[in-house]
Amino acid sequence: MNRLPLVSRNSLIQGTILLVGLVILATLPFYGSIYATILLSTVFMYIVLTLSWAIFSGPTGQISLATAAFFGIGIYVAATLGKQLPLLVVILTGGLAAAAMAWLVGSLTLRLKGVYFTIFTFGLLELMKYLLLWFEVTFTGTRGRFVVVVDHSTIYYTMLTIVVLTLLTAYLLRRSKFGLALQAIGEQEEAAEHIGINVTLLKVSTFAISALFVGAAGAIMATRWTYVDPYIAFNMNYSFTPVLMAIFGGLGQLGGPVLGAVIFAYLEQILITKFPYYYMLLFGIVMVISVVYLPSGLAGLIQQWRSRAMGGKYAHS
Amino acid sequence: MLVTILDIVIAGLLLGGLYAVIAMGLSLQYGVARVLNIAHGEFIMLGGLTTWALRAAFGINPLWGLVVCGPAAFILGFFLHRTLYKRLMVTSGSPGVFEGNSMLASFGLLFIIQNLALIGWRSDIKGYSYLAFPVNIGGALFGANRLVTLGFALLIGIAFYIFLARTRMGKAIRAAAQDPATAGLMGVNISFVLALCFGLGAAMAACAGMLISMSYPVYTAMGMEYTVIAIIVVVLGGLGSIPGSFIGGFILGLIGSLVTYFDSALALVAYYVIFTFLLLLKPTGLMGK
Amino acid sequence: MPILEGQGVTKYFGGLAAVSNVDFHVEQGEILGLIGPNGAGKTTLFGLISAAHVPNRGVIKFKGENIAGLKPYQICRRGLARTFQSVKIFPNMPVINNVVLGAHFGSPMSVKSKQAAQEAARLLDFVGLSEMAAEPARDLTLANQKLLEVARALATKPEVLLLDEIMAGLNQTEIAQAMELVTKMRAQGITIVMVEHVMKAIMSICDRIIVLHHGEKIAEGTPQEIVRSETVIKVYLGE
Repeated sequence: MNRLPLVSRNSLIQGTILLVGLVILATLPFYGSIYATILLSTVFMYIVLTLSWAIFSGPTGQISLATAAFFGIGIYVAATLGKQLPLLVVILTGGLAAAAMAWLVGSLTLRLKGVYFTIFTFGLLELMKYLLLWFEVTFTGTRGRFVVVVDHSTIYYTMLTIVVLTLLTAYLLRRSKFGLALQAIGEQEEAAEHIGINVTLLKVSTFAISALFVGAAGAIMATRWTYVDPYIAFNMNYSFTPVLMAIFGGLGQLGGPVLGAVIFAYLEQILITKFPYYYMLLFGIVMVISVVYLPSGLAGLIQQWRSRAMGGKYAHS
Repeated sequence: MLVTILDIVIAGLLLGGLYAVIAMGLSLQYGVARVLNIAHGEFIMLGGLTTWALRAAFGINPLWGLVVCGPAAFILGFFLHRTLYKRLMVTSGSPGVFEGNSMLASFGLLFIIQNLALIGWRSDIKGYSYLAFPVNIGGALFGANRLVTLGFALLIGIAFYIFLARTRMGKAIRAAAQDPATAGLMGVNISFVLALCFGLGAAMAACAGMLISMSYPVYTAMGMEYTVIAIIVVVLGGLGSIPGSFIGGFILGLIGSLVTYFDSALALVAYYVIFTFLLLLKPTGLMGK
Repeated sequence: MPILEGQGVTKYFGGLAAVSNVDFHVEQGEILGLIGPNGAGKTTLFGLISAAHVPNRGVIKFKGENIAGLKPYQICRRGLARTFQSVKIFPNMPVINNVVLGAHFGSPMSVKSKQAAQEAARLLDFVGLSEMAAEPARDLTLANQKLLEVARALATKPEVLLLDEIMAGLNQTEIAQAMELVTKMRAQGITIVMVEHVMKAIMSICDRIIVLHHGEKIAEGTPQEIVRSETVIKVYLGE
């Protein structure tokens, strides 16, 4: 966890690179094309989804398929409130609503053994979709709603902000005692409980935090679809894709999910219009290969190459 | 009034028979091989679409689909376990990790199978008519094809029960489900039994697909809905209990039929609500361990 | 007042009574041995005391407080820690982090990182694992993993420590070291309850012994009394 020296040459270099990258990204709308802005917004979205998923499911090992449910909540908050309230409020509400749902669901089900929890989160998505459908059909008479339109730059900057916040949260959590405790919970939950870790509270809180960013992202990305209905908003794709991206990228380092998200988000953009089936096929193949052959993902592989190239030892937590 | 109740009950049994076969296959794969096969529905889809394709191309009676799809799916499932899942068993550190990894691998498989099918068969809805004439039972009309489906579901269920209870391989399977380590020590070729179960599960799925194709339209995206139903039934019956899945299938079918009578849009919601309550209150289901 | 006590403690698993109507008390500063054939209910009793399980009947009190309704992490923060029969260290993190976690979360007050790190280092030294501080815990030998569990438990600043078969699978030298460690801990004022099968250890360091069989307490007394008890002899030789 704590490596000596605290601010090594390594982290100084990494920090500088990050800062430069941030500046480049922050100024992109001024010199980049609209296509680039839109593409990057989508990439940011996937980074947020993937990283958020990894914040909880990474250390604890409990696979959540609820990401799409939280995303959908954010979308629906924007669809419902977008016209009446200022954008910032809508985004915050989307995030908080998703976090609240995560808190509720988490409190009820995080004590469920591994597979049961996953199945439940999967069912949650479907339940929300069909409930909302039924609600709309029965009460409002309409299916779906129209969302307020927002310009590309605003979407871009909002997503960039959310990405930075998610990354920061993930980083700080990882380095803190809570991050270590989460890892302990994932490795040996009973022992963790017995050394004073309030497992339930920690799991539920982390789950809720991860949902916060997903909900906020949903609220802003909703403005891209002018029309949403339960099928569009609660799309299983947004649960599966982050899982693949995170596993392919690797859960050992923070950069893993980011790497996986960037690669696959970009791939999706290239392939999805002309070769949608081939894209998903590739998706599946990479998934299987990652699970079987790449236990620490791409980032882990890169780490291994680097340490072999340098000949030295990297202290691995 | 009585006719209505009979109507609902029989419709429920017809649906339930289908659910039972679908769930038994998944139960075998999870209960014994400990693989939560999210791609289960894709095998169902393959069974259904292959049957349709054979009929469309050669005019073959769909019941022959059982003879073709069943064994083919079995071989595919057996092979998949021997290569993919067995390897995962070796690399996963603990049973918990294996369950997670095998589920993720099944994910990947889902995308692979579904998209291969999409590339081959496109996404349009296909169907055919077979034994579609109505049969009158107690004043209500039911399609003969659906009755045949129920018949086969019962047949498969009973045949499988006998297989498990009476044959040597059946006993080996039950031993492996209870305690793989001890069963291995007693001379059971665990590796073979697990792959066998996985293959059998896939075969059942394919047969279910064929049965579905007789009465309902089939399309490449149909798998997911059935996977979900299978999971719900397996949890209802009790994870790890094959008889539980059989009974659970009929129970869910009856519930579905009842809810559909009042409001067909709520059927799936009802399934999920039941599912939620089950997981929260009695995750071991009716007959689970 | 005993620091830890129970009356009529009963626990069923399925239809079987794992622990049946057991009364026990532990005085502060003593070393209490808990013995009995396999399946006698010893580990279950530990689980009931640490709140991993909830008793079907009976009351358990720690420092005079009824622990019913408390969760394991609360019991730990109140000053009761345990080790596990099947060692439950955190395998993929460095040895020192295993202990750091105990230091951070085991006490009711918040602990700063530096403090926790120092405490962890001190405890690793106490059990003799300083050299392996940076190793992943899974790479340790069984004996060392058990020591690590003890260090981690100690990091939570317990007043009572439950040791579940820490000598199982150890060779003679390791057993002697473990015995010395237990004595050292008692010298620091920690009350110890130990489940053990290694009779030599039980007889020499325990002040009192409780014997369980089929979930029931069948004998209680000093090591000398237990050794001479006919009931106990029958149970151990008759199985």
